[in-house]
Amino acid sequence: MRRAALAIGALALLGWPWAAPPYFVFLASLIVVNAIVAIGLNLLSGYTNQLSFGHAGFLAVGAYTAAIVATRWPGVPVVAPLLAAALVTALVGLALGIPCLRLEGLYLAMATLAFGFVVVEAILNLDWLTRGNDGLRVPVAHLGSWALAGDRERYYLVLPVGAAMVWAALNLARTRTGRALLAIRESEIAAQASGVHVARYRALAFVVSALYTGVAGGLFAFVVGFLSPDAFDVFLSVDFVAMIIVGGLGSVPGSVVGAAVLTVLHDSLAGFQNYRPLIFGAILIASMLFMPGGIASAFRFLKGDRV
Amino acid sequence: MLSVEDLSISFGGLAALSGLGFEVAEREIFALIGPNGAGKSTVFNVVTGLYRPSSGRVRFLGEDLLALAPHEIARRGVARTFQNTEVFRTLTALDNVLIGRHTHLRSGALRGALAVASVRREEAAARGTARALLERLGLGEVAGVEAGSLPLGFQKRLELARALASEPRLLLLDEPAGGLNPTETQALMEVIVRLRDEHGLTILVVEHDMELVMGISDRVAVLNYGRKIAEGKPDRIAADPAVIEAYLGSEDD
Repeated sequence: MRRAALAIGALALLGWPWAAPPYFVFLASLIVVNAIVAIGLNLLSGYTNQLSFGHAGFLAVGAYTAAIVATRWPGVPVVAPLLAAALVTALVGLALGIPCLRLEGLYLAMATLAFGFVVVEAILNLDWLTRGNDGLRVPVAHLGSWALAGDRERYYLVLPVGAAMVWAALNLARTRTGRALLAIRESEIAAQASGVHVARYRALAFVVSALYTGVAGGLFAFVVGFLSPDAFDVFLSVDFVAMIIVGGLGSVPGSVVGAAVLTVLHDSLAGFQNYRPLIFGAILIASMLFMPGGIASAFRFLKGDRV
Repeated sequence: MLSVEDLSISFGGLAALSGLGFEVAEREIFALIGPNGAGKSTVFNVVTGLYRPSSGRVRFLGEDLLALAPHEIARRGVARTFQNTEVFRTLTALDNVLIGRHTHLRSGALRGALAVASVRREEAAARGTARALLERLGLGEVAGVEAGSLPLGFQKRLELARALASEPRLLLLDEPAGGLNPTETQALMEVIVRLRDEHGLTILVVEHDMELVMGISDRVAVLNYGRKIAEGKPDRIAADPAVIEAYLGSEDD
C-alpha cells in the first residue's frame, strides 16, 4: 500500500514536465528548492527551537557560491558548484552558530535577522565577485556533455537532489542525532542528564541547516539563472519561517508540504502584490491559532495516530 | 563509590548547603531526607553538574565530578530522575527511552542521514532494549504514546526507564514517590530494591515518603537548613530526637 503510493507519487513527479506547461515545471523546481530550505530551517527551528530569520542569507551564500564556481570554471559538472555551495554555506553556518550558542529566543531571532542583512550588504560591497546591484548571470549547468538549458532539464536536476535530501533528513530525524535535537527542544536539563552534549548538537543543527539551505541556494541559482541581492531580503526569510509553521514544526514531510503550499500561494497571489503580506499574515495567524502543529499534525490527527 | 565532602553553595547570599559531607558505598540505597528547602535537590544538582558549589569536593569512583559538564557526568554512569518530572513531552515513551540510550549509540549525523547498515543494526538493537525496559516497568502498552499525555505515575516510571536505559552505576532518584498513591509507592519500592539486588545499582534517593525511606534504605542522612543533622540506619534515625524535632515531628501525618 505504502509502496504503491510511493511509486505512484514518484511516477507523477517524474512525469510532471511532460504533462505541465513550462512555467509550471519551473514552479515545481522552485517548490523543491524551497522544500529543501524548509527542511533545513525546520531542523534548526523546529527540532532544536532555535528560531532563524536569516535563512535568505544562507540561501544567498549558496546561490552566489554555486554561480561563481560555475562562472569561473565553465562546463564543470554541476555537482562541483553544488558541493561548493553546500560546503561554504555549512562553514558560514558554523561561524554563525557558535557565537549564537549563547543566544535564545528573541535575541537569537535578532542575531539571525542581522545576519541576513549582513549577507545582502556583503553581496553589494563585494561587487568584483558578485557584480553587486547589477546582478549575476548564472551559466547553464552541465552534466558531462548534457547542458541543462531548459526548465524540464533543470527540473530533472533539482528533483533527484531534493529527493535525496528529503530521504537523508528523514533518516537523520529518526536516528540518534534527530532524537538528541528533539530532546534539547523538550528539556535541556533532561537531555544533558541523558548524556547529550547540548552545545555540540545546537551547533550541529546550525551546520546541517546551513548545508541544506546552501544546496537549495545552488539549485536556486541554476533554476532562476540570474541572481541579485534584492531577491534575498528579509521577506524571503519570513516566508521560510511561514513554510515550517504552516507545514508543521519538527516534521520533515510537513516542511515539504508547507513549502509547496506557500510557493504556490506566493505565485498565485503575484497579481495582488499589495495584498500579499496581508494574506500571508492572515494565513500564518490562522494556522497558529487553529492548527498549531501545522499540516503535519492535522494529517496525523486525521489518520488517528494521535493516541 | 560516591563521596561528597565539605560541600557549600549559596544562592543570593542564602546558604543552601553548608559543609555537607557523606559517602555512598557500592550497592547501597542511601536516602537524603529533610524538610522542604533543606537542600536535598541542590545536592542532586551539584552531583549531576548543574550547579557549581562555592567549595567542597564530589568524587565518583575516584574521579572529580566538579570538573565535568553534565553530559560528561552522565557518560560516567550517573543517571537521575527529576522532582517535577522532566520527560520529553511531545515525544513518544519509546523515543524518551531511546534518548536514554544516547551514550551507548555511536552513529553520528552523516552515517545516520545515510542510514548505513551499521546504523540500522544499532537502531534496531536500541529499539529492542528500549521496548524491553518499557515492558519491565509496565509501560509496554504506551510505548507509542506522547509522554506528556501520560498520567503522572506513568511519567515517573518513564523517567526511571529513561535513566535505566543509560545503564548507570549510580542512580539518583528525586522524590520518586511524589504524587503516587500507596499501592504505586509499594510497587515502586519493590522496583528500587530489585534494581539494587539484581543489577548491582547504587541508589541515592531524596524522598518525603517516610514509609519508602524507612522501608528500603540502608542508611539515611537528614538535612536541615543545608546542614547534616544526623546519619545512620533508618531505625536509629527514626528515634533520633534532633531529627524528630526538625522533621518527623512537624510533618508527621
